[in-house]
Amino acid sequence: MPIVHKGTVVDNKKVGSYFVLTATAADMPKEFKPGNFVAVAIGDERSSLILRRAFSIYQVNDRGVYGGTVDIVVSPHGPGTDYIASLKRNDPINLVGPLGKPFSLPKDPVPCVLVGGGYGAAPLFTLAEALTARGCRVDFILGASTQEKLFGMLEARRISTTLSVTTDDGTSGQMGRVTDVLPDVITKSNAAVVYACGPMQMLKAVSEVALLHGIVSQTSVEESMACGIGVCMTCVLPVIGDDGITRMLRSCVDGPAFRGDKVRWDQVGQIPADTWGAPSEGTH
Amino acid sequence: MKRVPKRTSVDMSVDLARINLESPVFTASGCAAAGKELDQFIDITSIGAVVTKSVMLNPRSGRATPRMAETPSGMLNGIGLQGPGIDEFIANDLSWLSQKGAKTIVSIAGNNVEEFGKVADKLRDIPGVVGIEVNISCPNVENRGQVFACNPNAAADVINTVRRNVSASMPLFAKLSPDVTDITEIARAVVKAGADGLSVINTLLGMVIDIDTLKPKLSGKTGGLSGPAIRPVAIRCVYQIRKALPEIPIIGMGGIRNGRDAVEFFAAGANAVSVGTTVFNDPEACVRIHDEIAEILQEKGLRSIRDIVNVAHN
Ligand SMILES: Cc1cc2nc3c(=O)[nH]c(=O)nc-3n(C[C@H](O)[C@H](O)[C@H](O)COP(=O)(O)O)c2cc1C
Ligand code: FES
Repeated sequence: MPIVHKGTVVDNKKVGSYFVLTATAADMPKEFKPGNFVAVAIGDERSSLILRRAFSIYQVNDRGVYGGTVDIVVSPHGPGTDYIASLKRNDPINLVGPLGKPFSLPKDPVPCVLVGGGYGAAPLFTLAEALTARGCRVDFILGASTQEKLFGMLEARRISTTLSVTTDDGTSGQMGRVTDVLPDVITKSNAAVVYACGPMQMLKAVSEVALLHGIVSQTSVEESMACGIGVCMTCVLPVIGDDGITRMLRSCVDGPAFRGDKVRWDQVGQIPADTWGAPSEGTH
Repeated sequence: MKRVPKRTSVDMSVDLARINLESPVFTASGCAAAGKELDQFIDITSIGAVVTKSVMLNPRSGRATPRMAETPSGMLNGIGLQGPGIDEFIANDLSWLSQKGAKTIVSIAGNNVEEFGKVADKLRDIPGVVGIEVNISCPNVENRGQVFACNPNAAADVINTVRRNVSASMPLFAKLSPDVTDITEIARAVVKAGADGLSVINTLLGMVIDIDTLKPKLSGKTGGLSGPAIRPVAIRCVYQIRKALPEIPIIGMGGIRNGRDAVEFFAAGANAVSVGTTVFNDPEACVRIHDEIAEILQEKGLRSIRDIVNVAHN
C-alpha cells in the first residue's frame, strides 16, 4: 500500500545535468518494486503549486542510518522541478508512494535489453538487479541529447554484460539514437525482452524495433500527472486491451509500464476513433 | 495504516436533506474517482460521503491530452467526463462502495435532458446511494452546447426530469456553475423544480496559453479552474445563495485546503463541504480537514458543527 510520508532530505547532489535526491521514506522501500514511482509535493501546505511531481524511484535502502530512504533523479525544467532540485539536506519533503504498476519480469531467465533515455534511465538499475537475480543476462543502452544528460553510465557498466551509449551530438558514445544500436544489441544478446524508459518518441521507436525482432517490449511512459494515484484522469493514453479494445488508460495506475505493442504511439495525445466511448459527432 | 478521523468531543454529524452523516466533509465529484483509490490512504467509510465522478449513460473516452495545466494556487482541467457509463459504474464501482459500507452521493451528467432522466432511473434501489448530485455544468448538445447551469429554464428542466425518475425520498443536489450573472436565480429555479439541496460551486471556465507553442495548453482549449484560487468566488456564491434561500441544504466547495477554509464555507452558509483539487496534493485531505475543523470548533468553544453554519449572516 502506498503511504503519505512527511520526510526529510538526506542528500541532494548534482550529477551531470541532474540532481540525485535521497529522502527518508519510512516503509516505502519494503513495498517497492522496480518501476514504481513517488509523487513529491512542491513546497509546504501553503505553497501555490498544488500538484505533485512524479519521479521514478531510482534506488531504495530499507536499512540505512535514516531508516528507509528512496532516491530520485530530478531534471530541473520548471518551477516544481527547480524547487526540488534546490532542496538541501534536512529540508522537509513530502512523498506519496510507492505508486504505479511495477515492470513485469520474465518467468524464465531470458536475456533482456534495458534502454534509458536521459534521466529516464533511473528506474532501470533496480530492474537490472531484479533481472540479474533471476539469472537474466542484462545489456544496457543509454542515450541522451548530449553527454551531460546521460545518466548512470558507471553503474550501468557494472551491472550489465554490455553497455552501449549514444548521444545526438556525439559528445559521448556513438552519435545518433538508441534505436541505431538497439537491433544489434538485441541480435548479439539474443534478447527476449526490451525494457525502455524515456521520452515518448524514444519509446515508440524502441517498441517498433522490438516488434520487428518479434520480441516483447515494456515501456515506462512519462505522462503529465495531476494526482499520481488514479483519481483525476489527466494522465491517460490510448492502450489496446487483451480484448482488442482500445481504452484511455491512466498511466499512474494502469502503468507507467505498458507493453510497447499495446500503446497506440501515433495517437498519444488523441482519442483514436475506435476507442471505447470515443465521441460520436458533436457529443464532446 | 488508513487514516480515520480523530476522536473529538465536538459533534461533527450533519443532517443534510434527510441524510444523516457522521462527518460534514465529502469528496468532490471528479476528484476521487469512485473512492477505491483513496481507500488506500483513508478509510473511505469514515468520511461524510463519497461523491463520485459524474457518470453518463454510455461509456466515454473523455478528451484528448493535455487535459490539465497548473495555475497559480489551482489548476485547469478538461477531462471531458471520461467514464464507464452507468451500467458498468453500478456493476463495479457502486457495488464496491456499498459492499464497503460507504455513503455514496452519485454525480450524474447528460448530453440532453432525457439522458439525465435515464441515468437517474438506473439508480433506483441501489444500496449505499444516499443522494444524487446532478452535474448541470455540462453542455446541452441539443441547444448549441449551452451549459444547462447557465440558464434557469434549462437547469430546471433537468432537475424536473431527474426528480420524476427517482423515488420521492431520494435527496437531489443540483450542482451549480459560478459562471452566471446571478447564481441565486439559478438556485431558485432548481429548488422550485425539485432539488433538495445545492452543491456550490463547480469550476470556473478558464484558459491557459502555452508560451512555447502560443496555443491553448488544453486539447479542449478551455477548461475548468479549481483549487484555492477560486475559493473567494465560491464563498461569495454560498453566501448569496444562503441569503436568498435560508433553509436550503448547501454542500460548499471550491479551493478548500484545510480546516480554516472549510470553516469559512460553514460560516457563509454551507451545511457540508466537498474537497476536490486538494486531494491531488494530499490523499488524506478529507480526514485531515475533518480533524482540523473539529479542532477549530473546540478552540472556539463550540460543541457542534451546526453551531457555526450561517454565522457570517448574523
Ligand atoms: C480534475 C477534475 C475533475 C472534475 N470532474 C468533475 C465532474 O466530473 N463532475 C463535477 O460535477 N465536478 C467535477 N469537478 C469539479 C469539482 O467537483 C469541484 O466542484 C471544483 O473542482 C471546485 O472544488 P476544488 O477547488 O476543491 O477542486 C472536477 C474538478 C477537477 C479538478
Ligand atoms: S495522475 Fe491522476 S489519474 Fe493518473
